[in-house]
Amino acid sequence: MKSLHRILALMIKEFAMILKDKKSRFIVIGPPLLQFFVFGYAATFDLKDVRYAVLDESRGTLSRQFVAGVEGSGHFDLVANLLSEYEIEDIITFETARLVIHIGPEFDRNLRSGIPAGVQVIADGRNPNVALIALGYLGAIVGQYNQTLVTQGIVNPGGPGVHLVERAWFNSNLQSRWFIVSALGGVISMVVVMLLTSLSVAREREFGTFDQLLVAPFTPGEILLGKSLPGMVFGLLDALLFSAGAVFWFGVPFRGTIAALVLALLCFIITMVGVGLLVSSLSMTMQQGLLGAFVFMMPAVILSGLISPTENMPHWLQMGNFINPVRYIIIALRNIFLQGADTAMIWPQIWPLLLIAGVALPSAAWLFRHRSQ
Amino acid sequence: MTIDRQQINEMSRPALFLMRMRGILRKETLQILRDPSSIALAIVMPIVLLFIFGYGITLDARNVPVAIVSDDSGPAGRDLAARFDLSPYFTTSPATSMAEAVTLLNRKHIDGIICLKSDFSAALQSKNQAPVQMILNGIDANRARLIQGYARGIISKWGELREARGETAVTPAVTVTHRVWFNETAESRNFMVPGLITLIMTLIGILLTALVVAREWERGTMEAMLVTPLRRLDILLGKVLPYYLLGMMGMGLSVGVAVTLFHVPFRGSIAVLLLVSSIFMLACLGYGLFLSAAIRIQFVAAQISVITGFLPALFLSGLIFDLESTPVPIQIISHIFPARYFVDISHTLFMAGDIWPVLLPDVIVLAGMAILFIGLAFRNISKRLEV
Repeated sequence: MKSLHRILALMIKEFAMILKDKKSRFIVIGPPLLQFFVFGYAATFDLKDVRYAVLDESRGTLSRQFVAGVEGSGHFDLVANLLSEYEIEDIITFETARLVIHIGPEFDRNLRSGIPAGVQVIADGRNPNVALIALGYLGAIVGQYNQTLVTQGIVNPGGPGVHLVERAWFNSNLQSRWFIVSALGGVISMVVVMLLTSLSVAREREFGTFDQLLVAPFTPGEILLGKSLPGMVFGLLDALLFSAGAVFWFGVPFRGTIAALVLALLCFIITMVGVGLLVSSLSMTMQQGLLGAFVFMMPAVILSGLISPTENMPHWLQMGNFINPVRYIIIALRNIFLQGADTAMIWPQIWPLLLIAGVALPSAAWLFRHRSQ
Repeated sequence: MTIDRQQINEMSRPALFLMRMRGILRKETLQILRDPSSIALAIVMPIVLLFIFGYGITLDARNVPVAIVSDDSGPAGRDLAARFDLSPYFTTSPATSMAEAVTLLNRKHIDGIICLKSDFSAALQSKNQAPVQMILNGIDANRARLIQGYARGIISKWGELREARGETAVTPAVTVTHRVWFNETAESRNFMVPGLITLIMTLIGILLTALVVAREWERGTMEAMLVTPLRRLDILLGKVLPYYLLGMMGMGLSVGVAVTLFHVPFRGSIAVLLLVSSIFMLACLGYGLFLSAAIRIQFVAAQISVITGFLPALFLSGLIFDLESTPVPIQIISHIFPARYFVDISHTLFMAGDIWPVLLPDVIVLAGMAILFIGLAFRNISKRLEV
């Protein structure tokens, strides 16, 4: 009972430290929400309006039909019609267009006389990802065009012999926004939690009030609990808000159970509070706390699979990634949102999180007293 | 005492200025050296980040695990399955039934299923037309799209091969040959690593400096400085110069590691790189100092610098996600962050060279931002106390 009283007193103090100041009260809810929406829109690998130029030396009906097909796909935006091959270099180099479609003079003639007609595409490789995806779109457009040629009777049926019938499960329109936004909330709430907790002990150390806390009749466990709660409350609140935003604003499907979502987020936030407090209890100043949080967050987010698949990483990095808490929440969130996982199905992601929390939290509590100047 | 004053009066203004600068620079340098975390940020962080970005982020796929469900025992079916097997893009695992493959897909053991119906070879023989079904896990849409492209490539290659062997008469149609300029193999690393330099400089320029002036206010040392003969300009210069050097150190280190270890091409000139990155660094420093001078609380300054400095540099700069494909309001917002311009500059500078028509507009905007933010910081480092 006494212990409860003490924890309550500590909690009030911790919440007051965040809420008493108008600026810091605002930053735990306002900006994270804004970020979620802005980044939710910005974080997409789908391309639209890729600026391209055409050099059509054939100038026949078929070549025009081909260009119309490209234009009609909605992915491309014609910026220039080139007249000679010499213009290609400048238009790519100066970033006027990101793609040049070069149709040779024999395009129409070749197609009509039954010879394969080549189209040359030049892409700006400064952004290789855009280049590869745009080339992929173009490949699909060419495939369709070939089919049209067959139906129009310009070339003989028979086609390339085999054609691919493609279906993508769980995300049939292949919207990369679903992929990012379903997991983005986890990452942004992690930033909130890490900033709150990594600065909390460091701030008191810098001001010297932490020593007062240590000589007060609190056990390290009680201090730990008092320090954890604000981060947990705000983190969980933000994370749930982002999940609702993903579903109701961005239209990401929610196929799993709410219980699984809450459980996964709660375990993740507890883990992040543990990591944040560990960083904070290691730092003597707020500068060290903030930079420490970054040393953890940058690799953790980059390697988490939020933006690039973890399967492509070298083996040694994948091994190191097993202790990365962000990786687990991202898998769990995607499974819950897109694949319809329930509580039992996300267990493989839950226990590693709890394990990390089980190491980080006690270490932080131990360091409260044992980190010396 | 009177002699001292006389001496000072005799000193010329530039000499006085230099004396004050020596004092404050010494103080700032000592302060940086005393806390090892700032040095670590400039030296350790770039190397760690380069390795993580260099190895961790590849947006292309290799050895994609797929299951081949082939109900067709004919020669054509086996031949096509072998094509997938031989491709470096796929590693195939046989599945006896569709149900088994679906379970594997659901458990994420495989990324896709390639399905050949039982009449595949027969249909190909008689009608010269046969479908291949491909089911993909679409959760990672970007990856799924790449895999689709690889599969299409394999099938069209196989068609050509069959034609060459005289097994089929493939009708001529349009074929595409492509070339990717500036980055012939479309290597992600060449794109990621130059962009990363923006992130490192943002960390030093905005995050570290945001804490600096706020800390002086919080600890009360600012008040101590106010009673010294230091002018506002001296304080500003004293804060900017050491962190500028720290930032340029981080930049130089990153470029060195990028070129020597990761073999990222550098086709521009060093002089242009130094010039442009100095301007970017000044814009970041100005913004960081402005924040901390205006806010005066470390905790809040730290949070705001992360939210308005670091995160936009990661998400709204074109470092990872293509800005031109985002909705127009987002594109407009992205223009207010300096990182966007420098990411564009560094990509061109590394992969294409000193292309002034591309660089110049970005450089002008950055220079404008540098002047604006440093001006704002100058105004906010007031020598007055709030009553």
